[in-house]
Amino acid sequence: LLVLSAPAALRALPPPVAVGVLHTTRPLHTTQQSLAPVPPLPEKGGEVRHGFIPEEFFQFLYPKTGVTGPYMLGTGLLLYLLSKEIYVINHETAAAACILTVIIYGIKKFGADVAAFADKLNEEKVAAALAMKNEAMQALQTAIEEEKKEQWRVEGRTYLFDAKRNNVAMLLETNYRERLLMVYNEVKKRLDYQVAMQNLKRQKEQDHMIQWVEKNVVQSITPQQQKESIAKCILDLKALSKSAHAAV
Amino acid sequence: GPLSERPLMEVRLGELHTWISTCNFSPQGLLGAVQKAWSSYCAKYIHVRRGGPAGISMLLAGYCLLSYGWNYQHFKRHRWRKYH
Repeated sequence: LLVLSAPAALRALPPPVAVGVLHTTRPLHTTQQSLAPVPPLPEKGGEVRHGFIPEEFFQFLYPKTGVTGPYMLGTGLLLYLLSKEIYVINHETAAAACILTVIIYGIKKFGADVAAFADKLNEEKVAAALAMKNEAMQALQTAIEEEKKEQWRVEGRTYLFDAKRNNVAMLLETNYRERLLMVYNEVKKRLDYQVAMQNLKRQKEQDHMIQWVEKNVVQSITPQQQKESIAKCILDLKALSKSAHAAV
Repeated sequence: GPLSERPLMEVRLGELHTWISTCNFSPQGLLGAVQKAWSSYCAKYIHVRRGGPAGISMLLAGYCLLSYGWNYQHFKRHRWRKYH
């Protein structure tokens, strides 16, 4: 009855109200868009010729001027700047020339080594991150297997409960028997007590009676009777010794 | 695509005027344009796996040119010849 009336009770509740900014009528997380995994970095940068002129410039001029176009443009521009002294040659030109020479020599000679070193650093970082990811995945995998094993183990719960029930029954039985033994012992003790009492009473009566009889008998032996009995004993002894002498 | 969303490199010379007219010249617009240009430059030449000297050397060359341009009036006074 309670179950059947539940939907009606739920319908009677007031409709849910949007709390704060989150409107519960908006579907949540319906698209696959997420911040991870981040797209990987491109392998090489944009193409550059002679170190600082982008390749796009050469491609831009190729349809109209061919391959030598940009170079002609560069030479002409340079000559124009120099001849009109829009670019003035001064001490800074010499300094710039020396610095550029050194820089270009350095790059040409040590560029590859530095690049290899940087690549190695990157590789180590990536390998560490990858190792962590693999470790995490492995750990989760083992966790899944453990969970499955636990689920399989649950199937044996009947055996476990049977064993527990047996244990409890055993305990109850042991307890019952202990109490039985206790009852038996107590009853036996009481009965033994009664028996001992009776025995003691009989014993005491017997002793008393024997004592009384002996006392009376001893009392009744008069001195006259004593002398007579002693004389009789001596006569008997003499007769016995005579017969003994005769036998030897 | 539509004219206003195309980057400058893909705008033809004849459409340059209309393209500039669709530009947003407010401070936010200019700042956004500068940010976009800088981030596209970085993405193309600096944030790569195996970059070279190109990324920084282009920036240095641009700096050299800019500073020459700013000090041009000073250089003009040290010309070797008066008439060219």
